[in-house]
Amino acid sequence: MQHSINDFFRSRRGIIAVGAIIGILGPTLQKLGNPPNMGICVACFERDITGALGLHRAATVQYLRPEIFGFVLGSLIAALLFREFKARGGPAPIIRFILGFFGMIGSLVFLGCPWRAWFRLAGGDINGLIGLIGLATGILIGIVFLKNGYSLGRSNKTHAAAGYVFPLIMAALLLLAIFRPTFGPENSGPIFSSESGPGSKHAPLLISLAFGLLIGFLAQRTRFCTVGAVRDIVLLKDFHLGSGILSLGISAFLMNLIYGQFHPGFQGMPIAHSNVIWNLLGMILAGLAYCLAGGCPGRQLFLSGEGDTDAGIFVLGMITGAAFAHNFGLAGSPDSVVDGVLKIGGISSNGMIMVGIGLLVCVLIGLTMREKVQ
Amino acid sequence: MEITVDARGLSCPQPVLLVAKEIEKGVFPIIVKVDGATACENIRRFALTRKLKVSITESGDESIITIQKE
Repeated sequence: MQHSINDFFRSRRGIIAVGAIIGILGPTLQKLGNPPNMGICVACFERDITGALGLHRAATVQYLRPEIFGFVLGSLIAALLFREFKARGGPAPIIRFILGFFGMIGSLVFLGCPWRAWFRLAGGDINGLIGLIGLATGILIGIVFLKNGYSLGRSNKTHAAAGYVFPLIMAALLLLAIFRPTFGPENSGPIFSSESGPGSKHAPLLISLAFGLLIGFLAQRTRFCTVGAVRDIVLLKDFHLGSGILSLGISAFLMNLIYGQFHPGFQGMPIAHSNVIWNLLGMILAGLAYCLAGGCPGRQLFLSGEGDTDAGIFVLGMITGAAFAHNFGLAGSPDSVVDGVLKIGGISSNGMIMVGIGLLVCVLIGLTMREKVQ
Repeated sequence: MEITVDARGLSCPQPVLLVAKEIEKGVFPIIVKVDGATACENIRRFALTRKLKVSITESGDESIITIQKE
């Protein structure tokens, strides 16, 4: 029985089916209350969690997103059921942290992770396509490093308890989301919840959690990865993961048509800016950081669920990156309408400098972290 | 059995890249040692697309993949 299930999940049909399911669930979550053209965005949702914990104080992006906890716990369940849970860690955790940090900075300059770039495009936002071009460019740069021996070294088996730490953190945050305890004076905080803006928009908690668990389970089984998709096509001429991502994009587009959520345009798109250069550069940074880390932000969550402590560190780097992005004013500002006039968003000069620093750091990591040539 | 490629503990896509290099050299059989299901599946898929014969034996956490010409 397990064999035939495994055969399905690793087949082309399996990855296409899982891509389609994610493509259906994303717009459905949107219909049920998640932010427009977002459905599921790993970077945005981790940023919202960061805000909910008070690690940044941007009042409009604070919410403990159950989808993220579901991703990790769903993956954990799949890994345990199929005996793939294996606590492990490599020799360069701080590099993983830094890659997560800058991956998040790049994503928040664009305003979305690779998943959201697809969901944005599927909702009609042309900037999503710009983001995907940037993402692919960043991955291509990463591939050059990979071809020249880039490696963060071998991971080794570690204590099982270490592999459970990250899933347990997610479970603890989920409990905070469900029970909403208050620790502060006069029944306040410390869990913040946006009253307006993207953070205030969310589907019912149990539905978000259920969808997250399902996606986590399926993605663990199929190794779904948006960065791996591009990388494998270019590097290995392997379209396996790519067909899953394409399936996500097409099904999300069709669902948006059905739900009346498809609104084509370039400027004034929901939670997006139309500054082409910085959309591109932000996602080049993100694509490079994700490629050097071995997978997209979603994949890092699924890996952390199966005991990969490096992936867990990467996510903690992303959360720290989100805190810095908002505390230091580095994140992109969406296009907005002020007094009936469209105001084009973009990023601050601080943000531009940080993208430059991020690109420099990632290139240095790519150049210096190499296996000895045999 | 001589291990040609030790891909244990390496993250994506390094295991497949190492195997691809060996396939290019054209000396078979290629014996690959991996310790994760993802790397094992990726290598298997890659070798099959190159019309090569793949057999896998599992022992504990590790798998030995043997790649041969048809």
